[in-house]
Amino acid sequence: PQIFEYNGSAVVAMVGKNCFAIASDRRLGVQLQTVATDFQRVFKIHGKLYIGLSGLATDAQTLYQRLAFKHKLYQLREERDMKPETFASLVSALLYEKRFGPYFCQPIIAGLGEKDQPFICTMDCIGAKELAKDFVVSGTASESLYGACESMYKPDMEPEELFETISQALLSSVDRDCLSGWGGYVLIV
Amino acid sequence: RNSKHRNRKMAGSMELPTKGGFSFDLCRRNAMLEKNGLKMPGFRKTGTTIVGLVFADGVVLGADTRATEGPIVADKNCEKIHFMAPNIYCCGAGTAADTEAVTDMVSSQLQLHRYATSRESRVVTALTLLKTHLFNYQGHVSAALVLGGVDVTGPHLHTVYPHGSTDTLPFATMGSGSLAAMSVFESKYREGLTREEGIALVAEAIRAGIFNDLGSGSNVDVCVITKGNTEYLRNHELPNPRTFVSSKGYSFNKGHTEVLSTKITQLKLKPEVADGDAMEE
Repeated sequence: PQIFEYNGSAVVAMVGKNCFAIASDRRLGVQLQTVATDFQRVFKIHGKLYIGLSGLATDAQTLYQRLAFKHKLYQLREERDMKPETFASLVSALLYEKRFGPYFCQPIIAGLGEKDQPFICTMDCIGAKELAKDFVVSGTASESLYGACESMYKPDMEPEELFETISQALLSSVDRDCLSGWGGYVLIV
Repeated sequence: RNSKHRNRKMAGSMELPTKGGFSFDLCRRNAMLEKNGLKMPGFRKTGTTIVGLVFADGVVLGADTRATEGPIVADKNCEKIHFMAPNIYCCGAGTAADTEAVTDMVSSQLQLHRYATSRESRVVTALTLLKTHLFNYQGHVSAALVLGGVDVTGPHLHTVYPHGSTDTLPFATMGSGSLAAMSVFESKYREGLTREEGIALVAEAIRAGIFNDLGSGSNVDVCVITKGNTEYLRNHELPNPRTFVSSKGYSFNKGHTEVLSTKITQLKLKPEVADGDAMEE
């Protein structure tokens, strides 16, 4: 059995006009059995920065706790929130530190940077950053998500249209994947 | 940018050195998982075509822009030509995280060295730093690099293999598309090329890799380094434009998706300090 397919997950983020959307499915499974239908995979770092973690659920939660800790210390020292680009470098360094014994997670980072410019990026489980200008996907449903986003995405969408597009892309992709599903959880900022 | 590990300073013990490098604490747990049958995941590779050649006034480096995750294209336009020093650039093939981390690390070390010596960095310095790091990890850091630059001793081009061996060559190719690119170089390379001829030959070699190798694709990036001047031509050629876009597109009406519940939270605006003084040190 594959380690990334143990819990099942689907996370996607898209860029719109001065906004971004990040969405995940809600199923938590243990291989083929569903254990929860309301599992949270997208976590808040601060008001304008969110991280979605697909892959092994326990590593996702541990990684989120470590990142939240580091960000809180940063906030105390710098008296401001972390910029999304900086946070992406932090996550990448944290993952690469465990290069030979990695966390089994693929993070998606989405945030509003300077002048509220949307920023999204994804990484593999050892921290190879991939910046994108349109959308990023990860999880067991990633192959379907690539296809759905590639066709449904349009640049410069308003928040309402972005919501509809990302939801439809997520729902149609998880319908083709046994390990993710049970609805979606969408955040628009 | 070498922030591998945050400073963990405790009150009073300022002499604690910063821990750097790799941490192996999850290895035992991962070995246990593997023993219980779980297969290790694949990492994102750059299944690449990277090339370099020396011409009359300097070096030209070239790379494709496809990043793959198994058979899927993860990034259609990634950057494989990494900055090492203002006069030295490095193309990376192999595991993407390894090439990025190792080039970032050596780039920072070179900058510290420049501050310490007040001199322009030399290509052999970068080469030695890279090869000692990769040899120390016995090939487990899977980075295959083409390093090129111009320093006081002239133009240099080297290849670095994941186990730490290096070659010094007038023209070099690495990555899964290296055979396709090398065939172009072997037939058309000659000494003393001009800048335009060099760029054209590099672009042709990368195109050979893009069209004949499945692990390479998308666009051509070129970097020209000469004495005192470096030009990074990002997306120099775009031989794979996206022409199959539907003009109608998909449009979803508002209310198309069934929503179970909505929660809207206003972001708290940080109050602007209008007439404040700068914080006193």
